[in-house]
Amino acid sequence: MKDINTAALSNYRNDFLREVEDNVEEGRWVKMCMQCGVCSGSCPFGSHWQHSPQELFMMIRAGQREAVLATESMFMCTSCYNCVVRCPRELPITHIMHGLANYAHRLGLAPQTNPTRRFARMFWTNIVRGGRVNELKLSLGLYFMDGFISGLRQAWAMRKVGIGLLRTGRLNLFGLVGQKGCRGAGELQRMLAKARLLEDQRKGLGD
Amino acid sequence: MAKYEYSFYPGCSSERRASASNYMTSVESMCRHLDIRLNEIPDWNCCSASIGYCEGGELPRHVMNARNIALSEQHNADQDIVATCAACWLGTKESQERLNSDRALMADALEVLKEGGLDLHFKNKVEVRHMVEALIEDIGYQELARPVVKPLAGVKVAGYVGCQTNRPFGIDGESFENPMYLDKMVEMAGAEPITDYEQKVTCCGGALAFSEPEKSQAQIKDILEAAADQGADMVVTPCPVCQMNVEVYQEQINRRYGTRFNMPVTYYSQLLTVAYGSSVSDAGLDGQIIRARKLEDIASS
Repeated sequence: MKDINTAALSNYRNDFLREVEDNVEEGRWVKMCMQCGVCSGSCPFGSHWQHSPQELFMMIRAGQREAVLATESMFMCTSCYNCVVRCPRELPITHIMHGLANYAHRLGLAPQTNPTRRFARMFWTNIVRGGRVNELKLSLGLYFMDGFISGLRQAWAMRKVGIGLLRTGRLNLFGLVGQKGCRGAGELQRMLAKARLLEDQRKGLGD
Repeated sequence: MAKYEYSFYPGCSSERRASASNYMTSVESMCRHLDIRLNEIPDWNCCSASIGYCEGGELPRHVMNARNIALSEQHNADQDIVATCAACWLGTKESQERLNSDRALMADALEVLKEGGLDLHFKNKVEVRHMVEALIEDIGYQELARPVVKPLAGVKVAGYVGCQTNRPFGIDGESFENPMYLDKMVEMAGAEPITDYEQKVTCCGGALAFSEPEKSQAQIKDILEAAADQGADMVVTPCPVCQMNVEVYQEQINRRYGTRFNMPVTYYSQLLTVAYGSSVSDAGLDGQIIRARKLEDIASS
């Protein structure tokens, strides 16, 4: 596999704004930001962002490629859409944040240890496998993502939630050995592989 | 022939023995009372939810929703798609909107649908709606109140709308900052809504309750505290993620903050189902980890 990050760098040289416009979901909106800061003040996880959305938009325009693509900030987005409905310029900020996170992740620049990045990957693998969420496997996968011992500790800490859900018929223990899922999962997997291929071609993310 | 008929997208959490199976139970009961027929989209798949973006990117995510829309058109032709889950509704509606406004994306999506032999069925013209939209817009508040036989007198309810049933699409005619529809539904069921519940549209952390539990639980604590301060008997919500997050972490929050929350978190459909005279189990109240005793008492009276 050729290094897609090096390829993107040589394609766009110092024009990070254009790189974002071409390759990031809804990236063409970035230049419309007027730096009012309403997005930053509206975010429920605002204080946890190293760089607020407003800052990120300015950093993109200033060509601070590495700082933008390596920050954990976008992974703080809870998809609450507060910024979207309040933005006076109507920027789809949530989607731009998702798009930046996805692009950074695909280039291999996103912080490897960020828990939301890791959980999101697990989630995608989980739904692609069966076509539907397997909640038990997803939760256990999350608890055990840092190894067996810390997994046991996590599972122990969460035991009452698990028992509560089980007792009220809201957790499927059989999920561990297999869940019915979607009959067309195979066909769905083929469609998703093709979709990924087309998207990668369009965004210069392919091999 | 039922009075109202929809193509139904239940979503993963509504499956049997999944985290919102009790929501599904109450929706089925509620629909029986209101003469609504839900035709499940055969072999539907996950909408990819709000956390699918990181690995799924754009096109794959939209394709997941396009497949559901195509299946709906093939099997439930001309029926609006109704989802009970906020994320399912949002994801499907968003994909539909995006595909309709981006020709290149639509061309790619159609090419991919061909792989599954679904291209002929993808006209992408039906409306994608949340169950509460169908209730409010097609049936209306007055009609929703008509089957009430056991008004939920004396039950004080904090209507927690949350994010994704409210933003970015929201319910027609409602404000993003202070939507009133849930309070009106609570009122229709004969209960008492806390109309100035200030955490009504606060985010519970969504999927980040899993990956960033401490940050999310700080949100959830505020949501519970405001309800408790106003003397709420329970929180009610239209969203399975909100329900789960606000209900199941209360013990951890109590330990972390020294609080003593023990607040039931129910669905609007459970309130209506009990008011319509159904039993505890038909209302899915046996699916509450924190039992909603006041509702149970009314249901079994």
